[in-house]
Amino acid sequence: MQRYIPNTGEQQEEMLRDIGVSSIEELFADIPESIRLKRDLDLPEALSEMELVRHLKELSGRNASTDEYACFLGAGAYDHYIPSVIQHLVRRQEFYTAYTPYQPEISQGTLQAIFEYQTMICSLTGMDVSNASMYDGATAVAEAAAMACRSTGRAGIIVAKTVHPQSCEVLRTYSRYTGRSITEWDHKDGRLDLAGLERLLSDDTAAVIVQSPNFFGLIEDLGNLSDMVHENGSLLIVSCNPISLAMLKPPGDLGADIAVGEGQPLGNPLSFGGPYLGFMAAKEKFMRKMPGRIVGETRDRQGRRGYVLTIQTREQHIRREKATSNICSNHSLNALAAAMYLSALGKSGLEKVAALCCRKARYTYDELLKTGAFSPAFTGPFFNEFAVRYHGDIDRLNEKLLEHRIIGGYPLERDYPELKGVWLVAVTEKQTRKEIDDFVERAGSL
Amino acid sequence: MIQKEKALIFEISRPGRFACSLPECDVPQKDLSELIPGELLRDSPPDLPEVSEVDLVRHYTRLSQRNYGVDAGFYPLGSCTMKYNPKVNEDMACLSGFANVHPYQDEKAVQGCLELLWKTDRLLSEITGMERFTFQPAAGAHGEMTGLMIIKAWHESRGDHARTKIIIPDSAHGTNPASAAIAGFNVVEVKSDENGLVNLHELEKAIDGETAGLMLTNPNTLGLFEKHIPEIARMIHEAGGLLYYDGANMNAIMGVSRPGDMGFDVIHLNLHKTFSTPHGGGGPGAGPVGVVKELVPFLPAPTVEYDGQRYYADYTRPLSIGRVRSFHGNFTVVVKAYAYILTMGAKGLRQVSETAVLNANYVLAKLRDLYHLPYDRHCMHEVVFSAENQKKQGVSALDIAKRLLDYGFHPPTIYFPLIVKEALMIEPTETESKETLDSFIKAMEDISGEAKQDPELVKGAPYSTVVSRLDEAMAARKPKVRYMPMSE
Repeated sequence: MQRYIPNTGEQQEEMLRDIGVSSIEELFADIPESIRLKRDLDLPEALSEMELVRHLKELSGRNASTDEYACFLGAGAYDHYIPSVIQHLVRRQEFYTAYTPYQPEISQGTLQAIFEYQTMICSLTGMDVSNASMYDGATAVAEAAAMACRSTGRAGIIVAKTVHPQSCEVLRTYSRYTGRSITEWDHKDGRLDLAGLERLLSDDTAAVIVQSPNFFGLIEDLGNLSDMVHENGSLLIVSCNPISLAMLKPPGDLGADIAVGEGQPLGNPLSFGGPYLGFMAAKEKFMRKMPGRIVGETRDRQGRRGYVLTIQTREQHIRREKATSNICSNHSLNALAAAMYLSALGKSGLEKVAALCCRKARYTYDELLKTGAFSPAFTGPFFNEFAVRYHGDIDRLNEKLLEHRIIGGYPLERDYPELKGVWLVAVTEKQTRKEIDDFVERAGSL
Repeated sequence: MIQKEKALIFEISRPGRFACSLPECDVPQKDLSELIPGELLRDSPPDLPEVSEVDLVRHYTRLSQRNYGVDAGFYPLGSCTMKYNPKVNEDMACLSGFANVHPYQDEKAVQGCLELLWKTDRLLSEITGMERFTFQPAAGAHGEMTGLMIIKAWHESRGDHARTKIIIPDSAHGTNPASAAIAGFNVVEVKSDENGLVNLHELEKAIDGETAGLMLTNPNTLGLFEKHIPEIARMIHEAGGLLYYDGANMNAIMGVSRPGDMGFDVIHLNLHKTFSTPHGGGGPGAGPVGVVKELVPFLPAPTVEYDGQRYYADYTRPLSIGRVRSFHGNFTVVVKAYAYILTMGAKGLRQVSETAVLNANYVLAKLRDLYHLPYDRHCMHEVVFSAENQKKQGVSALDIAKRLLDYGFHPPTIYFPLIVKEALMIEPTETESKETLDSFIKAMEDISGEAKQDPELVKGAPYSTVVSRLDEAMAARKPKVRYMPMSE
């Protein structure tokens, strides 16, 4: 017996009798002898619950947690405070033990929550339609590129070098066998170089992908980029940090056709990289080209308002190889957490978080420069993250900081060899002035 | 009390309310326009809800009461393996040393995370007979895409660029052909034979010098074991192709037979099915991909390695197909699967599959006289009936599914696999007791009776849910996909 398997031996016997066989073994008769496993699986002895908890606590204890370390690391995943209420609600079994809402009559909870999520994402991004979520920000970028190619009938993608390197990598993998060509667009002083784009655009350009705030933390001035892109018959895809959208002009107002991004900052823990969620929103005319689930409002037989998965003829279970994407399971629970987070903070709270991040990042930047050990890497405005040049060895610096229970910044050299010595530092509302001062003092004195 | 209609959070919003508490700014309160040029700032804040914490808690609590999860009851959704999700595993995934770890932290500061990934790789490799796993794929379909790209990359590394076709049986999941398309393959469909298995004759005709591989679910979506798999594997391999295993139905065979021993070269597992991690109302799942030795160099980079002293991420993999997701995939989902495997052990996992198969056959035996059984033989972990008998009375599989809601059950998967008319695909899983199965069987018997005596009753179902049948055609025709206040 196993605590997750309720049938007793006696019940099993009864069931076998009703089936008309004498042993469970007989039910497996179709499996040829030659491919049977003739031994037990070689796995560790089963653990009791107490032993399991002890083992996993021991394993988790070998990681530095942002509960106990001050975290100045971002680069696409951010250490924000998650209000207690979120975990209580998102861990309600009715939400997390349900399947995809295929039976809308008993899934109105998930469906309405996702409808609300879609509305909030549209508000943040200034777009008309949002899907129910993608796996993460990187796959959302790749899916947006595929969507642009479908919409324009073209195959060329231009991607700014300041888009998250992992998004670019995933974009390349997704494009590997689908005949899409990826062209990198270099930056100038860490931001977009509009003059440089002119030379890259062609009649095969399906989309131009940019990120703001970009990977270096800088806020892009998208000015007349969308005019340039649209005049070429191409689409503009903008990837963004959802928290920054409490303050910054949304992609929709800047002429973007598709907005995507990593939704982790909205109420989802860092979790060593996942599960997060990708959000994707677009202008109305692209609705039927979108990948993934979309929830829509409708009426029941009595005329009551209700919600269903809609425009499903785009999807794999109906269109098979002609579907807009192969995505089936998405990241519904993470989208739910994001919606709860946005509701908990609300209009004023999200603005406040954004302002705290922005002011604290600026304070940290100014203080780091004062130490004399750092110099500006770029000159543009930033939101919650910035790059500084260090006059020493960054790996050693991070190592020393770790000894003092500080998680230091990201060495940009990892992805940009030309940026040797450049350190990407993120600050959120979680870091107190005391932690910042301590960080600056230690970083400046090593 | 559950209201019939539930207000949207925007409709209960009142200006000035909020449900968060933030510290005062403790650094110089510079004016934001000093920090960021005005033309980059938005004109008005996004229109987010304004609710108190009490409003928030009640709103989502009430929404949750309009949902049905495994904790509430039986969920025999075929091909989805809706088994019980152990509570302690949820706690383990929430441990601060897992949940609050940044993916870019120095390797020294994440040895526990890397060790867990490495060890889970070893466990899954043993369970499936594979050499190595990657945890980047976020879901089953994502795993399929990854695995197929690996197949493509392997052919190309051998200078063989003619391999453009993937063979997929007509009983396959819709994601199979959709994933093949993203990996740049053309899909060749093979028909099933009269026994519900891959038609070997058709398969032989489909195989040629352009065959890159075959995708197969085994047991297949009819719940039947593809017993000719050794022969199928030989045919594909002799033609120079590779075999892909869709692990959606792995719950049937753990400890009994391993895909690697059957001849499969690439496999994805759905941790949110077989390995008990919750489905979250539509994800997050995890779709780790395992491969045989020859294909290891093609796995997405980085892989997690161990040199006997420390665990590390290995980025120097020149043959890798590249990254398919950021970081290491859905890490805390992997934590839950790891906890599950350690809890069950080898004997426990075998017992899982044995009981899953027993439970499905029990439902088969009890309902076969009332519901048409298109393939009349023992099944594995799921059984596919057809509502053809009931259809003669005007009652469809959809009607039966809706009526089951009134009996308090989640319905089976319906209209899938596509090769069975009016399909009712029932997967009980091992975590259900005989008592639960008996009450479900009784409900199915009652509904069959109702279909005869009062078909209109069944066709009007459900009656007990917060909404009745919803107009899906209207939703798709005039899509309303976000809330807009009346004034807009």
